Amino acid sequence: MSKKKTLEKIVLATERDFPIMPMSLGTMHHNRTGAWRNIRPVIDKEKCIQCGICWKFCPDVAIYVENEYPVVDYVYCKGCGICAEECPVKCIAMVEEEK
Amino acid sequence: MKKEKTMKLTLPVEEYMGPGHLACQGCGATLAMRYVLKGLGPKTALCIPACCWAVIDGPFPYSCLEVSIFHCAFETAASSASGLKAGLEMVGDKETTVVGWAGDGGTFDIGLQALSGAAERNEDILYVCYDNEAYMNTGIQRSSATPYGAWTTTTPVKHFKNRPKKDINAIMAAHRIPYQATASIGYPEDLVKKVKKAKETKGTRFLHIYSPCPAGWKSRPEDTVKLGRLAVQTGLFPLFEMEYGENCKLSIKVKERKPLADYVKLQGRFRHLSAEELKLMQEEVDARWARIVAQCGG
Repeated sequence: MSKKKTLEKIVLATERDFPIMPMSLGTMHHNRTGAWRNIRPVIDKEKCIQCGICWKFCPDVAIYVENEYPVVDYVYCKGCGICAEECPVKCIAMVEEEK
Repeated sequence: MKKEKTMKLTLPVEEYMGPGHLACQGCGATLAMRYVLKGLGPKTALCIPACCWAVIDGPFPYSCLEVSIFHCAFETAASSASGLKAGLEMVGDKETTVVGWAGDGGTFDIGLQALSGAAERNEDILYVCYDNEAYMNTGIQRSSATPYGAWTTTTPVKHFKNRPKKDINAIMAAHRIPYQATASIGYPEDLVKKVKKAKETKGTRFLHIYSPCPAGWKSRPEDTVKLGRLAVQTGLFPLFEMEYGENCKLSIKVKERKPLADYVKLQGRFRHLSAEELKLMQEEVDARWARIVAQCGG
């Protein structure tokens, strides 16, 4: 199942572990893009039919699956609203962010 | 609570793109990258010239992608990918798929000669063009992928673009490459299927992905996926695949095409168009659709 990604430290013990191709040292997890958001998606679990469409169309990979239900990662969600627009039963509401 | 039910996910669950990237809200190009990497898997190397994706993945040494990226010069996506593939084969790595990942400017205009050269040599690379119909990264300048009637910063409303979009698929078909296809982010299952097929094929493969851009098209960010779908349903961007420039096959058969107005009214870049100009656009789309259907044998 689609799990939430976490930051992992890359350790190269010997020079043999170095990859053939250059690779990045880390992810972009330090860039908390949730601060860009004006409206936040709120999923109503009672109405959710578990179709996975919100997970499929999230451009920020900010929806992950936990206990067979989609969960929004508010640290990275930019609030584009694609999930609310594409939801077939309209169980996702876009609520204004309180600052 | 309702009775226990498991989620049915229609795409591969592995994620090779992480959150925290620098794309705009509702970006279509990030969805394209997410689906392509789901299809290709971890054994992938990307050659990215100057385009939106050169910015989105983040500054070195950070990157939101788990695969290797090579940032190359604007006009060299296809030639860098050819070189990278040759180098990998020299050190004995035959599994890695080398991808040239360019925007429409890097494919239709600036990178066309490198792409044509690589296609003619039939280099073993996958070339992906994600098409957002202008130079979005530098500030929405007109490219040869911009459609008729569109506003950009270099084709303002009074002098909007009066030439149609370049037919890159016909150019690539003339090269007789082993596999080429068009895909849209509105149909991710079809996109992943085509990527997997391209991965299995040897030789130059070309994938043209339609990826709406809310910032440049002046559309609402939540309409990105809807626009990707409407482009197919109106017949503006037919989804098909071809082998060796022949055997054209429609992947999404649209029975009743929607009027082009449905697609146009969601975007601010077409707001200035009059009814006659819209009719002209519709006629152009109809003619192209008839040509594609005839090519695919009815």
